[in-house]
Amino acid sequence: MTDAAPVAAGPSAASDHAMHLLREMVRIRRFEERCVELYSDMRIRGFLHLGIGEEACAVGVMQALEDDDAVVATYREHGHALARGMTMRSAMAELEGKVEGCSRGRGGSMHLFDKATRFFGGNAIVGGGLPLAVGLALADHMQGRNRVTACFFGDGAVAEGEFHESMNLAALWHLPVLFCCENNFYAMGTALDRSESETDLALKAASYRVPSWDVDGMDVTAVEAAARAAAETVRAGGGPHFLELRTYRFRAHSMYDPDRYRDKAEVDGWKHRDPITHLIEELTAAGTLGEGELERIETEAEAEVEDAIAFADAGTLEPVEELERFVVSERPAPGRAP
Amino acid sequence: MSTVTYREALHGALDDALRRDERVFLMGEDVGRYGGCYAVSLGLLEEFGPERIRDAPLSESGFVGAGIGAALGGMRPIVEIMTVNFSLLALDQIVNNAATLLYMSGGQFNVPIVIRMTTGAGRQLGAQHSHSLEGWYTHIPGIRVLAPATLEDARGMLWPALCDPDPVLLFEHGALYNVEGELADDAGPVDLDSAMVRRDGTDVTVIAYGGMLRVALAAADALADEGVSAEVIDLRSLRPLDMPTILSSVVHSHRAVVVDEGWRSGSLSAEVSARITEEAFYDLDAPVGRVCTAEVPMPYAKHLEDEATPQVRDVMAAVHALGA
Repeated sequence: MTDAAPVAAGPSAASDHAMHLLREMVRIRRFEERCVELYSDMRIRGFLHLGIGEEACAVGVMQALEDDDAVVATYREHGHALARGMTMRSAMAELEGKVEGCSRGRGGSMHLFDKATRFFGGNAIVGGGLPLAVGLALADHMQGRNRVTACFFGDGAVAEGEFHESMNLAALWHLPVLFCCENNFYAMGTALDRSESETDLALKAASYRVPSWDVDGMDVTAVEAAARAAAETVRAGGGPHFLELRTYRFRAHSMYDPDRYRDKAEVDGWKHRDPITHLIEELTAAGTLGEGELERIETEAEAEVEDAIAFADAGTLEPVEELERFVVSERPAPGRAP
Repeated sequence: MSTVTYREALHGALDDALRRDERVFLMGEDVGRYGGCYAVSLGLLEEFGPERIRDAPLSESGFVGAGIGAALGGMRPIVEIMTVNFSLLALDQIVNNAATLLYMSGGQFNVPIVIRMTTGAGRQLGAQHSHSLEGWYTHIPGIRVLAPATLEDARGMLWPALCDPDPVLLFEHGALYNVEGELADDAGPVDLDSAMVRRDGTDVTVIAYGGMLRVALAAADALADEGVSAEVIDLRSLRPLDMPTILSSVVHSHRAVVVDEGWRSGSLSAEVSARITEEAFYDLDAPVGRVCTAEVPMPYAKHLEDEATPQVRDVMAAVHALGA
């Protein structure tokens, strides 16, 4: 699911790993770019929130996780699901509302779930995923399991009470949560400094005695290095850690957003720090990116996306007779042991 | 048989569940060192330790959400919220997460959590500790809502609720904690799905639950003195409703009165009444009657609180109004 090769295991392994990071970011980028077209085509509906520009956060953090760790994400989670190991087919079929989708078409873009990769959504209530992450970590703690729960949320969530309650609970009970705040500086249309009296988010987490770092979220190797260091400490019993990943979304909040609240120069400035371009430049300078390799990565990503779309297009709609299925579990006889 | 209180029956259920399954733990405000705000969990900390009898800070949304997460992670949490009024601070987690995750994930993630809370008036606790908001929760698909009104149910509902793979809310009526009665020494798990006929009768069906069961039974006693035979049904499960039990009584008595400590507008009593009307209209000799709490925030003064909440005389008047 994730490439567990250590970053500094030797020149060859390191460059292989860097290429893996590039591939992951490119496939997520191409997936989301095609989502825009499918949305215009009315094949994807509802709210569609794109993480274009923010790929380094999801890809970097996932490198630090093991297969039995857990991930809790937000409604802007296509990249997280894909980087965690959900198949692109499963994600695309979900966006097209097909029963072959990861959530049988019940969730849509905002509610991708995948039990196989311990991907617990896809939460569309800002801040609502944080207490769940605390609870998942509590379960691991109580059962003596050596796992990490990575919890993604945005800067908007920091204004919610659930952020503060969760920081406190995780720190108070010393739980293995890796809090990953993707600070893209806007809670939908409200700039961070218009919603927070203290805009240093790592400082807020630190006030709960949670070790905190701010990280360049446009640099995938920096994100990975920070996530590995933090996850290692969390896994070793060091309690919760907090990463503020400073990033930017290149596109509007959702497909409905005319993006009136951001200065074009500001957006363009951040686009010059595109995490994919940044990594390509680094790899080129280091001589790691061989002749034709970038083109090959692009071609493979495009092929994977087209395959996913074809799979989704060929998918089926859940029979309406199943509308009420899974409101409650298909349960064993009452009175049985849980 | 032993003489026990409702509180002791609930305590026995907790003790039993904690012994039966190591994944079970109790979490909430003051459940440990304080012993529970209504002393239900008194002594459990000493018996099971602070990991499993887990005092939580005043963070209802945080610790209810953590309970949901722990359930996703394989535990069997019992989360205690002091009163239903405080549960509104956790409404996001209960309604947006606990009730939806299974469906939203296409059947992948069930949430086996039990959330206990106190409900109801009668103790002069004013407008922020006395309301009966359980009816609101019965609006939500994906959760089971229970109201133990008897010692047997106080003792017996918790374990099957923990066996349920989905979220269960247990509403304990605050005025019942000190009620004493006889309970079999081997009392254990009860069925969760059925309403129960608590008193047989032929002239009218009185439907109640939780703290209102006592009122309904007292009214039935008084009506019997007048020669009116009232059948009393205890809903027990507020969602889903056991309509067959209700309807089989109503088709014989031809009259029904619903007693609900919630407010009348948009209430559980409205739902029960509507379903009776939908499913047994032609068996009725009179419109379905309702006895509910006056539509006021609960006042503190005793005489006003009594006036606001359904009393025996109110139930009798409602039965009389149907011509029974």
